[in-house]
Amino acid sequence: MFHNIGEILILFWQVLLALPQLWRLRHKVYDQLAYIGLASLSMVCILSLFIGGVLALQTGPVLVEHGISSVLGGMIGLSMCKELAPVMIAILVAGRIGSAMSAELGSMQVYEEIDALRTMNIDPVRFLVLPRMVAIAVSLPVLVLFSIPVGWFGGAMVCDFNQKIAVSFDSFFQNLREVVEVGDVLNGLLKSFVFALAIGIISCHQGLITRGGPRGIARSVTKAVVNSIVLILILDYFLTRFLLYVQK
Amino acid sequence: MTPPAQPQGVTVEVRDLRKSFRAVEVLKGISFQVSRGERFVIMGPSGSGKSVLLKTIIGLLRPDAGEILIESQSIQNRAVRNQYRMAMVFQSGALLNSMTVGENVGLYLAEHGLKAPAEIDVIVARVLESVGLKGLENRAPSELSGGMQKRVAIARALVVEPQLVLFDEPTSELDPLMAVTVGEEILRLNERTGATSILVTHDRELAFATAHRIAMINEGRILFIGTAQEVQRSTDPIVQRFIRAELATPKTQ
Repeated sequence: MFHNIGEILILFWQVLLALPQLWRLRHKVYDQLAYIGLASLSMVCILSLFIGGVLALQTGPVLVEHGISSVLGGMIGLSMCKELAPVMIAILVAGRIGSAMSAELGSMQVYEEIDALRTMNIDPVRFLVLPRMVAIAVSLPVLVLFSIPVGWFGGAMVCDFNQKIAVSFDSFFQNLREVVEVGDVLNGLLKSFVFALAIGIISCHQGLITRGGPRGIARSVTKAVVNSIVLILILDYFLTRFLLYVQK
Repeated sequence: MTPPAQPQGVTVEVRDLRKSFRAVEVLKGISFQVSRGERFVIMGPSGSGKSVLLKTIIGLLRPDAGEILIESQSIQNRAVRNQYRMAMVFQSGALLNSMTVGENVGLYLAEHGLKAPAEIDVIVARVLESVGLKGLENRAPSELSGGMQKRVAIARALVVEPQLVLFDEPTSELDPLMAVTVGEEILRLNERTGATSILVTHDRELAFATAHRIAMINEGRILFIGTAQEVQRSTDPIVQRFIRAELATPKTQ
C-alpha cells in the first residue's frame, strides 16, 4: 500500500476533479447506493446487535461487582457511536464492498474493458471510480447511523435480561441520554466518512492496477481488503487524537 | 485490390517505434505508412509485438521512442489525437459486461452527449441491424456467442464513425464460418465508411482476403511489407514458414 501512496493520492485528486460531472452519472450512483446500502443493511444490523450485546456481557458483571452498573448505558452508548460502530462497520464494508469493487474493476482491467473505455475517450476515473466513491462515502455513514441505535438496543437487552447485570431498559437508556451527546454521534459519522473514502480509493486503485488474469484479480481483492482494514485502524487512531484535541 | 474511392479515412505513419517492458524490447524500431482508406494487415507469430503495436497506435501505451503521425501530425499530443475519430475492436470484444448490448453500442454517443437518448436508440438499432444483430439491444453481452460479441464490438466501433479502426485478432477463437462473417463485416465497414483499417491477425485467410497490403512482423521488427501476392512470393524464409505453416499429417503405409 505505502509504495503506491503517490498513485492513490493522484487517483483521489482525479476523483475530486471529476466531482462537478457527478450529476450526469447520478443513475450509476443510485445503482451503487442500492448495492452498497441495501446489500449490507441486514448484515450491519445483525453485527451491531451482537457487538452491543457482547460489550454489555463483558463489561456488565465487572461494573456490577464495583457497584457502578448505572454507567453501563453511557459507556456502551459512547463506545458504540464513537468507536465500535464506525470501525466495525467500516471493516465489514471493506470486506463486502471493497472486495467487490476491486474484483469488478480488476476484471474490467484484465478483460480490456477499461482499455475500451479509454479508446472511446471515456475517462475510467469519472465513469467507474467517481460513482463508487460517492456511493460508499454516502452509504457508510448511513449504515453507521443504523448501526449505533441497534448496538445500543443489543446492549440494553443483555443488560436487562442477564441476571448478573440486571440493569433495566429504562435505566440503561436514561444513563445513555445523560452521557451521549449529538456531537458524539457526529464524531462517529465523521470517522465513517473518512473510512469510506479510504476503502473506496484503495479498492478502486487496486482494481485499476490489476494485472495477470484471474490470479491477479484474486491478489487485488486480497490486497484491497487487507490494506483497507490496516488503513482504517491507522486512521482511527489519528482521527481519535484529532477529535479529542478539537473537543477540548 | 485498390483502396475505396473518396475515403474519409486518415493517413497513418509509424516512424521507428520502440517499446520495452522492463528489460524486454518488444518493438525494435517499427516503421510503416498506411494511406487513407487502406486495409493494412499486420501478421506475425505470437509474441512478435503485434498487439503492443496496436495499443501504442491507439494511445493505450506510450512509446519509448519513435513517432506516430496521423495526417502528418504527431499524435503524442492528446489535443491532436482527439481531432481524429479512432476506434479499436479488441481481441476479446471488451464489451462492458455490466451493460446491455444496446448500452455498449451507444456508450460513446451517450457519454459524450452527442445525441439525445431517443436518437441514440435509433442509431443503435440501425447499427446492430447492419451487423446482423437486429433486436438484441437488451441482451447482456454474456448471453451472446463469441462471434456475436465481436460483431457487437464492430457495431460499437461503427457508432464512432471512425476515421481509423484498429482490429486486434478479430477472428481468433471463432469457428471458420463465424470468422468469415466477421471478415465480411470488416470489409463492409471499410467500404461503407472509407475508414483506414489496421488489422492484427494470425488468420492467413482473413489477411489475404481483406488486405490491401500486409506487413509481416517478427520479434519486434518488420520483415516484409507488400500485397498479398507479394507476401506469397516473398523469399524470406520466416515469411514463407509463417504463411505456409501446416500441420503435418502422418504418412500411412
